[in-house]
Amino acid sequence: MTSASFQPQQRPHHIDVAVNAEADIQAACRAARQLAETLEFSRTAAYHIATAASELAANLLFHGGGGWLHAHALFDPQTQEVLGLEVLALDHGPGIADIALALTEGYSTGKGLGCGLPGVKRLMDEFMIESTVGDGTCVKAIKWR
Amino acid sequence: MKIPILRLERILLVSIQVDLTDNDAMQFQSDLVEQVAEIEALGVAIDITALDVVDSYMARVINDTASMVRLLGAESVICGVQPFVALTLVEMGRDLLGADCAFNLGQGLEILRTRIATRGDTRLSEDENV
Ligand SMILES: Nc1ncnc2c1ncn2[C@@H]1O[C@H](COP(=O)(O)OP(=O)(O)OP(=O)(O)O)[C@@H](O)[C@H]1O
Ligand SMILES: [Mg+2]
Repeated sequence: MTSASFQPQQRPHHIDVAVNAEADIQAACRAARQLAETLEFSRTAAYHIATAASELAANLLFHGGGGWLHAHALFDPQTQEVLGLEVLALDHGPGIADIALALTEGYSTGKGLGCGLPGVKRLMDEFMIESTVGDGTCVKAIKWR
Repeated sequence: MKIPILRLERILLVSIQVDLTDNDAMQFQSDLVEQVAEIEALGVAIDITALDVVDSYMARVINDTASMVRLLGAESVICGVQPFVALTLVEMGRDLLGADCAFNLGQGLEILRTRIATRGDTRLSEDENV
């Protein structure tokens, strides 16, 4: 099935991308951007969301041993108006022992610049990490429209 | 995927592509380093027009490439930073792209040429006079 078979108004308001290889990072990034555009976010906001999705997907692969990037629209229950877009990155990797440290600009246990998570925090409006060592990590971020 | 390296006299031009994997990046960097040494390049323009999302991974590849070039004694400039990429980069982290940036290739080449000239390196102008 291709996305061309959808009518524009039937385009999904959520995405799920399995991230297990480098090519999946781009796929997650592209899907997040398309979703943001479908939800009529501004172009700047759509780029911010796409970049955040790319960072989270890279972390899933390089630190979490693979996982899922999920994103969906947040609706006002009364008016059905789109309020925002929530991105979730889930993995069952090693977890993060010190979340504050992981959020420090320039801190990386790999060969990265260590600006992924601090970058996502700045690009998005809400940001939260839940992690259990040995069990996995869930990063949640919201962009309001 | 292989990234072509174009030559313009003593200046090299590379265009970073979206689907660059970690292995591609390493291959491309070693190709570039080899070429810079071989032709004794005076400058390298790193074109990122094709990138509409520059995340921290891409930023690292771009910065590493620029500093490798500088370690070999050549000037480097990043060009083709898309307006929305610039907006996002500023939000993400001001200094994510460490090297000098130019809007387009023409501007980038101009910056390179000026810098090469101020360095007092006459090899480029000699080439042009041939
Ligand atoms: N999903 C995850 N599972 C386990 N550890 C993680 C995860 N995401 C991030 N981390 C830890 O947090 C650190 C900081 O992450 P961040 O994305 O800021 O930097 P980085 O990925 O190391 O480098 P960059 O993103 O700049 O390329 C990582 O080095 C890693 O130790
Ligand atoms: Mg990262």
